Amino acid sequence: MAAVTAPPTRTSPVSVRPLRRRPSVGRVAAWVVMAAIVLVTLLPFYWILRTALSSNTALAAHPGDPLPVDFTTGGFERALGLQSTKEAIAQGGAAGGLKFWRYLINSVVVSTLITVCQIFCSAMAAYAFARLRWRGRDKVFGLFLAGLMVPTIFTLLPNFVLIKQLGLIDNLLGIALPTMFMTPFAVFFLRQFFMNVPREVEEAALLDGAGKVRIFFRVMLPMASTPILTLGVLTYITSWNDYFWPLMVSYSDSSRVLTVALAIFRAQTPQTGYDWSGLMAATLIAALPMLLLFGVFARRIVSTISFTGVK
Amino acid sequence: MTIASSSPPSRLPVGGAEGARTTPRTRAAKAREGGGDGRLAAVFLAPALLGFLVFLLWPTLRGIYLSFTRFNLLTPAQWVGLDNYDRMVHDPIFWDSLRVTVVYVVINIGVQTVSALAIAVLLQRLTQSAVLRGIVLTPYLMSNVVAGIVWLWVLDTQLGIGNEIIAGLGFDRIPFLNDETWAIPTIALINVWRHVGYTALLLFAGLQAIPNDMYEAAKVDGASEWRMFWRITLPLLRPVLAVVLIMTVIGSFQVFDTVAVATNGGPANATNVLQFYIYGSAFGRFQFGYASAMSVALLVVLSAITVLQYRITRAGQTDLG
Repeated sequence: MAAVTAPPTRTSPVSVRPLRRRPSVGRVAAWVVMAAIVLVTLLPFYWILRTALSSNTALAAHPGDPLPVDFTTGGFERALGLQSTKEAIAQGGAAGGLKFWRYLINSVVVSTLITVCQIFCSAMAAYAFARLRWRGRDKVFGLFLAGLMVPTIFTLLPNFVLIKQLGLIDNLLGIALPTMFMTPFAVFFLRQFFMNVPREVEEAALLDGAGKVRIFFRVMLPMASTPILTLGVLTYITSWNDYFWPLMVSYSDSSRVLTVALAIFRAQTPQTGYDWSGLMAATLIAALPMLLLFGVFARRIVSTISFTGVK
Repeated sequence: MTIASSSPPSRLPVGGAEGARTTPRTRAAKAREGGGDGRLAAVFLAPALLGFLVFLLWPTLRGIYLSFTRFNLLTPAQWVGLDNYDRMVHDPIFWDSLRVTVVYVVINIGVQTVSALAIAVLLQRLTQSAVLRGIVLTPYLMSNVVAGIVWLWVLDTQLGIGNEIIAGLGFDRIPFLNDETWAIPTIALINVWRHVGYTALLLFAGLQAIPNDMYEAAKVDGASEWRMFWRITLPLLRPVLAVVLIMTVIGSFQVFDTVAVATNGGPANATNVLQFYIYGSAFGRFQFGYASAMSVALLVVLSAITVLQYRITRAGQTDLG
């Protein structure tokens, strides 16, 4: 009740700080929980590295050792297919290594193709939905939105049949094609951004004699660089990590992407005694490009997601 | 909430401010706008619309059609009416896989929502550190395949560090992925590990929208953090929470990768989730018609959830005031 008369908060310009700085039991407990969360999040990453640098044959004797056991890069050599069959088998690995560079290139080609095309086409569509006037606009957009609800599995089987009929099975284009032109989410997300660009911006450009096409390329696209970057990185990560669809479409090394190759490598390693160090090395190799990509753009992406709630 | 402000329109050809507001060009521009941009819109929309029609709308319709046929890819689809649906209703494996999927979804969503909420609130009330936000997002960068293999190793009965710790504490080792009771909860938790950071960030975005002075005022009144969570945070976050929830439910109904890598449906069908069974029917046994019928069933389930959730969300918004 007394709060009404007293404006004491004026004296503390630190009110931006979420909590009182005074250490309390609750605050300490909260930090302990936070530390535990960080630990559970990051520990597996350390364990991957530790195992990848261990000797597979020595692992069994020291399963709980926090440091690499009998340090060796053999796991990486096996994963990259650099070891001879005899060496690999002697170290508890499978005969066939990963044709790592082939799969890496395949992954890069597919993810780049999907990301660049999808975002460009989606941005054009989003602009048409947000900024151009035409009959039936809202109805068509409603149809696009309904597409958000269709589960992926539902389109996968018929799409597989279609890709097969197009003769694109075991072809990188066949992997990329279904998501190359749009996803309802990308269109929805970018439309949201274009809608929020003030009218004046467009009018000023129109006054300068710029046409709508020019406005899109010279004004709207540059303005949307931050959301496009965020969407781009998320799309890249999603298509890089996709497993189900590439698994269906690719049959041979020529179109195999890293996720599929990794799952095959896992299936190849002897069931009786897994080649854990080889597997962990391969896992790390498959995950590293995305960790690097994220490392470069982390700050912008994290803040875009945490302020807009991208999904 | 908009991102528009983050990038100032610095590259604008700003020339219109020179008192040219009343020139005929303005009127011309307006007239152009009013006349509609039908042709241009068609050009801009063409690629996305093509993708939409060919790879989303058409396959959806075709999937429904295929569910009424017998089709093995080699010979043309043969109309069989409701046979596939009849078979589905009488297929114990289908019902079992549906049950397994629901158990998975319940555990996954329950644990994920509670933990994501806890993480989001901690990130909001304890520290706004972007580094911490980045850290909780890292598992999201892994593919399900990678996550599956990594946890297969961490939880290995004999050599996994998880079981080493359990044994070190004096308990019996747990065959997490080889035991019928443990397998599905384990898969669910692996996927929580991968997705919880992303969900937390979405909720964090919702928390950012709650004005800080509400907390200030409550604090002046002597409210505890716990009380503020129940009285301010949770009620105001409910619409966002509902939207995030529906998206994660739809996502988790489609679990496949982790199962394929970690357990392959076993032991004894204990992790044979619906999506995995559909995949097996189509590509293991080439029963595309039957697989399509089960996909239709999944679509119906998901649509029902969406509609239900939509209603709940609307209800939630009205009593917010």
